[in-house]
Amino acid sequence: MRELSLHILDLIQNSIEAGATTVILEIIEDTRVDKLIIRVSDNGRGMDPAMRSQVTDPFVTTRTTRRVGLGLPLIEMSTKRCDGYLTIHSVVGEGTVVEAGYRHSHWDRPPLGDMVETLKSIIIANSKLDFRFSHVFNDAEFSLQTSEITSILGDISLTHPDVLEWLDGYLRSNIANLYGGVPYENS
Amino acid sequence: MKTVEDLKRMREQLQSQNRLRHSGGTEIIVGMGTCGIAAGARAVMSAVLEEIAKRKLEDVKVCQTGCIGMCEREVLLDVVRPNEPRVTYGRVTPADVSKIIAEHVVNGRIVEELVVGKIVE
Repeated sequence: MRELSLHILDLIQNSIEAGATTVILEIIEDTRVDKLIIRVSDNGRGMDPAMRSQVTDPFVTTRTTRRVGLGLPLIEMSTKRCDGYLTIHSVVGEGTVVEAGYRHSHWDRPPLGDMVETLKSIIIANSKLDFRFSHVFNDAEFSLQTSEITSILGDISLTHPDVLEWLDGYLRSNIANLYGGVPYENS
Repeated sequence: MKTVEDLKRMREQLQSQNRLRHSGGTEIIVGMGTCGIAAGARAVMSAVLEEIAKRKLEDVKVCQTGCIGMCEREVLLDVVRPNEPRVTYGRVTPADVSKIIAEHVVNGRIVEELVVGKIVE
């Protein structure tokens, strides 16, 4: 996968398939210490130590439809290319935390990519999920929760055409602000 | 710059309109397993959302699902119209989306050349 934002979509689909009702996504970019960290925490069913130690093996999967699982091995491969790491903490019945770290300036680090499309897909296609997102770039931060949006909307659907247009614009401008140094108006 | 205030204002406006209530709208489901994502599912999803906004479709529900085992046919996109069989389209590209939405979602005509299967529930 060419973009980290596609790996993020994949990690969150894993959480959903593990039965998570809450998923927290954190992206921390700190160019001063040359780090990019992606952390996905969920309250899904978790994994026992045996499964946990095998998940980065492509020939291990929980899927019953085929015998290979490539999501985590691909992410691990991308971190290892960039002086990074992949850690997985999991407790059965409590949830899983997956953290991928990269050297921010590493030549081989994939770009974060189109986070707006990734976030839209997560929020709209999983409207029942309690999804919380935060993205930090040095001292700037953008955060959002699906519940903030749905509580304002009440009985209006997230797929209402006007809502889709608002969400696109809202995500696009706030993420651009992280990098652009424009005053951050929702802080 | 869009803000949360804009969303609140929009809600007020929408609530004041006399909105038509449809009994159970059409559902569009995009396969978002590793295989789907690698084959371009996110771009297909974006095209779906764009088309809904462009055509002002108010009763379409969008969902994602994991791998269902037909990885070689990804991107898979299902359309479920109320009281009709679930139709699965395969190897869908963003360019196919407007056709599927115009023909099937809006007008109820299945786009035969893209179909991989039909499930009668």
